[in-house]
This record gives sequence, C-alpha cells and structure tokens, in this order.
Amino acid sequence: MRFPWQRHNRQEELAQELQSHLRMAVDDRMDRGESAERAEQTARREFGNVTLVQQIARDQWGWLWLEELLQDLRYGARMLRKNPGFTLVAVLTLALGIGANTALFSVVNGVLLNPLPYPHSEELVTLHESKPNFDRGSISYPNFRDWQQNNHTFAFMAIARGYGFSLTGLGEAEQVRARFISSDFFPLLGVNPVIGRNFAPGEDEIGAAPVAMISAGLWKHKFGSSPNVLGKSLTLDGKDYTIVGVTPQNFDLFLTTANLADVFVPIGQWTNNLLPNRGAGLGIHGVGRLKPGISLEQARADMERVTGNLAAMYPEVDKGIGASFLPIRKDMLGDVQPILLVLLGAVGFVLLIACVNVANLLLARSTARTREFAIRAALGAGKRRLIGQLLTESVLLALAGGGLGLLLAHWGTHAALGALPAELPRAAEIQLDSHVLFFTLAISLLAGILFGLAPALKIAHLRLHDTLKESGRGTSGARLRTQGVFVVVEMAMALVLLVGAGLMIRTLTRLWDVNPGFESKNVLTFSVSFPPSMTTASPDAIRAAVRELDEKLSSIPGVQAEAQTWEGLPLVSDDEQLFWLDTQPKPSSENEMSWTIHYVVGPGYLNTMGIPLVRGRFFTAQDNERSPLVVVIDDVFARKYFGNENPLGRGIILSSTGKRAEIVGIVGHVNQWGLDSDATQSLRAQLYVPCMQMPDAYIAMVHNGSSMVLRSNAPVSTLLDSLRRTSQQMSKDQVIFGARTMDQIISDSLAGRRFSMTLFGSFAGLALALSSVGIYGVVSYLVGQRTQEIGIRVALGARRADVLRLVLSHGAKMAGIGVLLGLAASVALTRLMADMLYGISPTDPLTFLAVAMILILVALAASYIPARRAMRVDPIVALRYE
Amino acid sequence: MANRYQNRIELLQGTLDLLILQTLQWGPRHGYGISQAIRANSGEILQVDTGSLYPALHRLERQKWIAADWKRSENKQRVRVYRLTATGKKQLLSERSRWEQLSDAIAGVLSPAKRGQA
Repeated sequence: MRFPWQRHNRQEELAQELQSHLRMAVDDRMDRGESAERAEQTARREFGNVTLVQQIARDQWGWLWLEELLQDLRYGARMLRKNPGFTLVAVLTLALGIGANTALFSVVNGVLLNPLPYPHSEELVTLHESKPNFDRGSISYPNFRDWQQNNHTFAFMAIARGYGFSLTGLGEAEQVRARFISSDFFPLLGVNPVIGRNFAPGEDEIGAAPVAMISAGLWKHKFGSSPNVLGKSLTLDGKDYTIVGVTPQNFDLFLTTANLADVFVPIGQWTNNLLPNRGAGLGIHGVGRLKPGISLEQARADMERVTGNLAAMYPEVDKGIGASFLPIRKDMLGDVQPILLVLLGAVGFVLLIACVNVANLLLARSTARTREFAIRAALGAGKRRLIGQLLTESVLLALAGGGLGLLLAHWGTHAALGALPAELPRAAEIQLDSHVLFFTLAISLLAGILFGLAPALKIAHLRLHDTLKESGRGTSGARLRTQGVFVVVEMAMALVLLVGAGLMIRTLTRLWDVNPGFESKNVLTFSVSFPPSMTTASPDAIRAAVRELDEKLSSIPGVQAEAQTWEGLPLVSDDEQLFWLDTQPKPSSENEMSWTIHYVVGPGYLNTMGIPLVRGRFFTAQDNERSPLVVVIDDVFARKYFGNENPLGRGIILSSTGKRAEIVGIVGHVNQWGLDSDATQSLRAQLYVPCMQMPDAYIAMVHNGSSMVLRSNAPVSTLLDSLRRTSQQMSKDQVIFGARTMDQIISDSLAGRRFSMTLFGSFAGLALALSSVGIYGVVSYLVGQRTQEIGIRVALGARRADVLRLVLSHGAKMAGIGVLLGLAASVALTRLMADMLYGISPTDPLTFLAVAMILILVALAASYIPARRAMRVDPIVALRYE
Repeated sequence: MANRYQNRIELLQGTLDLLILQTLQWGPRHGYGISQAIRANSGEILQVDTGSLYPALHRLERQKWIAADWKRSENKQRVRVYRLTATGKKQLLSERSRWEQLSDAIAGVLSPAKRGQA
C-alpha cells in the first residue's frame, strides 16, 4: 500500500510507461513499413482509452477512492461556486432544515438522552404515599421513619419538603427558598457538598441541634464564597442555624431551574406541631435508592409488607395507605418525553421537505448537465464515477447546509431556551455538545445522500449515447413526473405539520376560553413574611398584626380588594382536609371520612378573586376567633354531599380540629387543578375557612409567611412599590416577596403547550414556505417547457383564461393529491399528540378542513406567478424560439 | 464503455496473470515486450489488451510476484522493465499446476469417451 503523497510519482511513471508502450508499438509498425501517421493512428486505436487504462491500472494501488474523492470534492466545490444562486438557495434550505433539527435534537439530547447526573440513576425512585384519593400523596414523618427502618429493599430513603424562611442578620431582611430534608437526601443522590459536609445521621431528628446547608448561590451572594462560612450561623425565622456545608450551584432534585432552594435544613427543625402526626398530609415527598439488583416489583412487594404492618398497627390513620414509587427518570421526564418526541418527529418532516426541495433543484440542474455527463462518460469516466461525483456534490451541499444550520441552531437554541417553560427538567443541560455535533454531521450526510440520490439514479439510467446525439433537451417528461411526485410528497408532509400546528392553536384557544371560575385580570399574588420578632408572639398578637396588614394594604390608593390566602390558591398550591357531615356519627377511621380541597382565606377573598357567590353569604370581619365557626362551600361540594337539599345552616366537622362549623354560603367552583385537567380530577369539592377562626397552633406558624391576593388596576410595578413602601413603614424586617399576577400564573400554566404550539407553528410555517417554493419551481419549469405549446394554443385562439387554467390545474392537481395523502397521514399521525391536545379530537374536522384549504390556496398562489408568465406568452416569439 | 474493459480483465484475470509470469520466466521484459511475446508465443492468437495488461502488471507488482525497474531500451528509450521475484516463481509453479488440472478437467469433460477408454 502506498500513501497518497507517494502517488503523484507513481501516476507520472504510469503515464511514462504507457507512453513508451505506445512509442514502441508505433516504431514496430513503422519498421513494418507503415507510414508514420498511419502507424500512430492504428497504434492508438489498438491501445484504446489511455485515460481509462491509466485509471484502472491505478485502481490496483488502493487509495484511489481517496484520490477520486479529493478530485470530486475539488470539482464539486468548483461547480457550486460557479452557480452561486443555486448553491445559496440549496444551502439556505438545508441550513433551515438541519438547523431546526439540530436545535431540537440538542433539547432532546440534553433532556432525554444524556444520563441523569446522579450516579446509578436507574436505582433512584420517587416515593409517595398512595391514598384513596391520591396516587402520589404526601408522606407523614412517622410513616417515613417506619418505612426507612423496616424495608429490606432500599439502600436509602429520604424525604424533602419546600419551605420559605425569612433570612435576617445578613444585610436587608430577605425571604429565602428552603427545603427541609432528611439526612440521607444528598448522600442518596450522590451529590457532594462543594465544601463542608452533608447532614449526619440523627441530625435530622426532631429536637437535634439546628444546622443548615446553603446553596453555592447564597454562599457567593452573602459570604463572597469564603471558605470561612463553615461554622458561621445563619438566622432563619429568628433562629440561629450553624452552617455545615455548601451545596452545588443550582441543585434541584428534578433538575429544573424553577424555584431553586437556597437553604437546606434538617426536617426535624420544622416547627410544625403536626410533623409527629402520623395522619398529617404536610406535602412531604420522598426519594429512594434501591439496593443494587433489586427490581421495582421486589421493592413494591417489600413496601406492601411494610405499609400493611403499619395499617394493622395504626388502623385509624394508616388503613388504606400504601407506598407508591416510580423511577425518578419517569417521574421527572414522563410528561415531557412524548411531547419532545412528537416535536422531533415534526422537525424531521421539515428536514425531509428541505431534502425534497433540494433534490428538485438538483434534478433541474442535472437535466441541464446531462450533456456534461455524457461527455465525461465518453472521455472515460465510469458510471460509478459519475454517480460518485453527483453524490459528492450533494454531500458537499449538505455539509455546507449543516455548517450554517449549526450556526442557526446555536442561535435558535439560545432563543428556545428563553422560551422554554422553567418547569422543563434539565433545561440547563441543553447545549451543543459532541453528541449534537455528531447528530448534525450524520443528518447532513444522510440528507446529502438522500437528495443526491434522485439525480444520481437518473444518471445511472441515462443512455449517454442517445443524449449526445440529442440536442440536449433531455428526458423532460420523466423529470417532470419525478418532480411532480416530489412536490406531492412535500405537500403531504407540510399538511401533516400544518394539522399539528392547527390542533395546537385550537387547543390553546380552547384553554384560553376556559372559565377558571375566577377573574384573573388585575389580581396580584404575593407573600409577606413577618419580622422574626413575631416568631415568639402570641396568637392574638399575630392576629392583630394580620389585621393591621390587611388594613394598611387595603388603604393603598387603587387597591380595590385584598385578602389573606393561608392555604390553597388555584393553579398554585393546594391543601386537602378530611371531614364528615354533622348528620353522620363520628367516623372510626379516616377511611370513612371524605376529602375536600381546603382554602383558608380572609373575608376579602371572594371580591379579590372575582368568584361568584351562589347562595348565602361569604365571610366578614365578624367571623373571627370569638364568633361561631363558619365555612363556605363551592357548588361542586354542595351537589356532591347535599344533592338537592339546602346546605345552608348544615354543619361539617374537619378532622383536623374536630369542631363543628356551620355552612353559611355557596360559591362558584374554581379550577384548582389547572385550566385543562380540573374537570377530570377525582377531588374537586372545595371548602373555605376564615383565617381568623384557625386554631391557635396554626396561627402561631403564620409569622413565617402569609400569602395574599390583591385586586387593583394600577400597573404592577407602581403597585409593588407602594406595597413595599407600606410594608417597610410597618417594619424594616417585614418582607414582601414572590409577587406574580394571576394572569401570569395562568399563562405559565400553559407554557408547555404554548412552547409546543410555537415550535409546531414555526415548523409548519417553514414547511409551507419550502413546499410552496417547490411547487413554484415545478410549475415554472412546466411553463418553460411548454412555452411553445402554449404559443401554438394562443395562436389557434386559446384565451388567456384557458392558458391560466391549464397551468393552474397542474399546480392544483399536485396540491390536491398532496393534500389527500397528507390528510390520510395526519389521521394516522395526530393520534400521537392526543395528550398534548385539549378539548378537541386529534382528527378535528374543522382543523383538517381549514389546513387543507390553506395549503391549496398557497399552492395556487405559488402556481399563479408562473401561470401569469404563461398567459403573457407571445405566440410569435414562442414559435420563433425553436 | 467502462464495462467493456472491466469485463475482459475479469475474464482473463487468472490466465493473464499466468501468461505474464510465464513470459517473465525467460527474463525481464517491458510491458510492450510482454504483450508481443504472448502474442508471438501463442501463434498470434492471444492479443493482450493494454487495458488488461497494465492493470495486471501493477496488480502482480503489488502482490510482489514481479518487480519493476526503469531501464534504457536498445533505442535509448526509458522503459519500465518487469522481472519475476522469488515468490513470483513459486506463484507461477502453483498457478501452472492449477491450470494443468483445470485444462485436464476441461479436456475430460469435452471428450469423455477417451477418458472411458483409458
């Protein structure tokens, strides 16, 4: 084997060798008495095609393919340079297709394909309590401890619960997001502190010394990333915690960037009287790591044993309670995966359309180049070589498109990341890494071969002899057919994407039209944390502070209504309570009680949220700690538990207090669970309780932070300014935080679907543009080919309208077939996106019809431009043309 | 067009290699000389196509059965002269015996009567 750089020499030698052969043959002939001229001619004829002999002889030395490739590349590059218009259009088309694919693939790669950043993440599961009403309910602290001790299948179990602390003593008072965790939480995940240590076993018990870990962000922000932070104290809600470690930047269990925690505190530090209560649902959820080699089924059987024992031991609270768990990857990505895959499929269609378009362009050019190829063949190029040349050119185009596409993807991904819903897990991991680069290279090569194949196959079937004899017009009929097929395919694919986009748009409009049961406009939600000095305040003092806050805020100019919302806010947070009706005997176990969604609100709530009052009355300031207990229910509650009876004046008993409260009013139902899925949830009954009638133990915890809603038509920024000013006047250590408008909350709840819709819409737009360019190209070509015929028709008396109809009908035919095929394909494919839709069927006839009309109209418009040219054909010029 | 040459190479491949090796047994020769020798020794029946000859020569050279050097011919031309190598000689022997087997076998098939009598 010789290396390519040694080949130059060998080639020259071969040429010399053949030359000497020829010379000797001529000499021999002349010796035999032939004339010099004749001898030369005959010897050459006998010798045959010098170039080809040379090529085949060289073939024996290997590396030829490389040399051919380099040659083809040089030649290809020259051809592309010589046709800048063609090259530009093709490269841009491909760049759009490849760029869109690369951008989306980088999302899929970062979110779905890359392994989770936890060691042996396949062993990780999320843990919940399964209860009669919820498959994934919260775990009570005592149950968790028993699960942890008695199971045989988990290497670790841990729990976590979100919280908000007010941080004081380090500059201005500030509200920080926190997580209560059990000691094994970080070790279980394999997450190590940046400096310091994790919580030690036992440090998470109730009554242990207060310690805390802080996030790298808070470390930097408050301590300048100084290593001396270890051992320092952190004042949270007025209590000093010793800092023992710093967690990695942006840590979040589900790898989202929304609501990152700044402080981690052992769960035992939670000053919630209900924590040791086995029946309490406190929003605590868990993670577990299975022992190596343990299957989910084994773990499930094990946990059934554990929870079964607990149910036998504590029947009044643990009966019917099980453990539910699923792989962390599924819990994290289960909802996202199908959506991303559907989008990836959709963007794949865009690339296919781009390929078909470029194939059409190449086909048009290859017809023009038929003579060139015939001549090259006559000069000794084999068919394999010609096809290789064509493929090299198309791959070259594709690579150029891929390079530009990568650039577009780089920008596109940046733009997309901005538009991504913050709840998308692992969004931070999305980047153009080596996998993505490889993907781009692979799809570029594949695309190049795919669209290069059409013209190459055509060359393979070309009868070069005939071509040379012909005037070079080539086989236009066959070409037109191929192009027609291409356009039909393009139209069909574009239609599928348009249907997808149409369905998403219809879904979102349906969702926007959903009445959530409240008036979101002009409603601001925010939280207030009272000064740390309130931590030890008496319940009466806290009630007084709350009343003062209400009074001050409602007197701000422009504020129409405001209310405390201590538990539950539609689309944001929920709380559930067990109850029974006063006509029932007290149930012996929680199983015989019913669940209701539980809102703890102030008297202004109904007006602030714009919820209609159906019957009776809502709370007033007189419904306080000294007056009889009252509750308000929603119409779903009323229908479900009272049917046609009048609920007003009836009593219910909440299991948490055990005291009877009288129903004084019925209000409209609100969509607690989101705009889309509320109607399909099993738990929909809603119960309102006035803040001031909450038990003293509950009131004692309010200092930590009280959520509020406020209605005002003042601009949000000025409103927030006045809120902050008012709060500061009350106390320097009182913080207003977490402000969001209710409109924003609703809009965010649709962010995932809106993201899908935007992507589908842009893909469909791209597809529509590309396929109309395709149909325009084919119809233009048709008009060019038939200029003469049209001239004759006009000369024979055809009217312009006839000509127009002739040309348009061709475009319409392609579009029509494409639409039919596309509709059929859509019926088959849109099923895949059924989960992304709301309120319409995946085969929504209106969408299908509208989209088909749009596509046909666009196709006709694209055909109209060349058709107008055909109309203006001057018969005399056309006939002279030949 | 390409196929015409390629087909013939393939048809002749085994035999042409043998003929070249055999011709070179009598001493080094250049390409033209080899083609002339084969032609003369076959009584003008076998005409070696240059399109087959040179690829075959280069193939054999790559197999190291023959080696090539540039020399001056009688009329002072630079010519590339091929000679048989030691492995080439072994190859020649084995190819010859294979060829003899083959031609015996073919002869047997073509005239089975003779065989039966013998």
